[in-house]
Amino acid sequence: MTTRIVELRRGILKKNDELAAGLRQRFTAAGVLVVNLVSSPGSGKTAFLERTLRDLKTRGLRVAALVGDLETDNDARRLAASGAPVRQINTHGICHLEAEMVGKHLEGWELGALDYLFIENVGNLVCPSSYDLGEKIRVALLSVTEGEDKPLKYPTMFNSADAAVITKMDIAEPCGFDRELALKNINEIRPGIRVFETSAKTGAGMEEWLDYLAEESGGEC
Amino acid sequence: MHELSIISSVVDSVVESLAAYPGARVKEVRLRVGALAAVVEDSLQFCYQIATEDTPLAGSVLVVNTLPVRVHCVPCGQDVEIESLQSFRCPVCGEPAADLRQGRELEIESIEIEEAEEAVGP
Repeated sequence: MTTRIVELRRGILKKNDELAAGLRQRFTAAGVLVVNLVSSPGSGKTAFLERTLRDLKTRGLRVAALVGDLETDNDARRLAASGAPVRQINTHGICHLEAEMVGKHLEGWELGALDYLFIENVGNLVCPSSYDLGEKIRVALLSVTEGEDKPLKYPTMFNSADAAVITKMDIAEPCGFDRELALKNINEIRPGIRVFETSAKTGAGMEEWLDYLAEESGGEC
Repeated sequence: MHELSIISSVVDSVVESLAAYPGARVKEVRLRVGALAAVVEDSLQFCYQIATEDTPLAGSVLVVNTLPVRVHCVPCGQDVEIESLQSFRCPVCGEPAADLRQGRELEIESIEIEEAEEAVGP
């Protein structure tokens, strides 16, 4: 018997990373800005996305969405009311979306006919951070009902985000939401990150968010 | 709780590399895991026991090397290790540091194998 050490130096998620890189190339070539929305369950991702889709359509932009959940197509039906093409991804127990699932659910869509594609990840502040979906920007959402220290409890997710959105600002006051503390905590984990304070209900903060998306997509919108 | 799918990828990857060493058994698998990789070592160890059953990795040891988070501090002009995951600041000058240089790694570093006699060269 001979014992030998074999150096591998191999990424464990190499397969996902390669698929994501392929998707990113396709998205860039098609000129579509892809946004991955991540948050805990119940933070208002779907309401925020409903409002985003509707407001972008009002601006004359072409939008679509993929929405991930363990079960049901409830969210896809809600989002489809905006008139945008929407597809549900059911992961059946898997706690995050993977690049392969995204690729499979894009079949038949002409990416070149879209300005924006949103991917609403499974509600989970841990696992989705490890999986690149080929997006250009990853946005972490935090609602005013969750506690200002959420970014400190889940640094992995907030540190990997390109922008942060605070949702449900319309009920910030009755919830006793400490805005300054929340902003400070987000900045401790991801210094310099853009933060949008929004309400899907009143539309507060949406203009600024949509302008940011326009900047990110090259400003042609 | 995605440790099982991570470990399944590790097992597949190691089995694939064993093709070059017919009949070999795996004694040890070493991983490099960044402190920001969102995985828990206890879970990895638990899943490893299950996922390696009936594979050439059965009975082998999983070693997880955790890498601390390092950021680049612009004012200090150097890479530094942060003191807490709750504060991305340079421990030397106290300035915020957004440029992450280490901490997200999720890699198989190496494996230790025991080769079968017949696999040893002529």
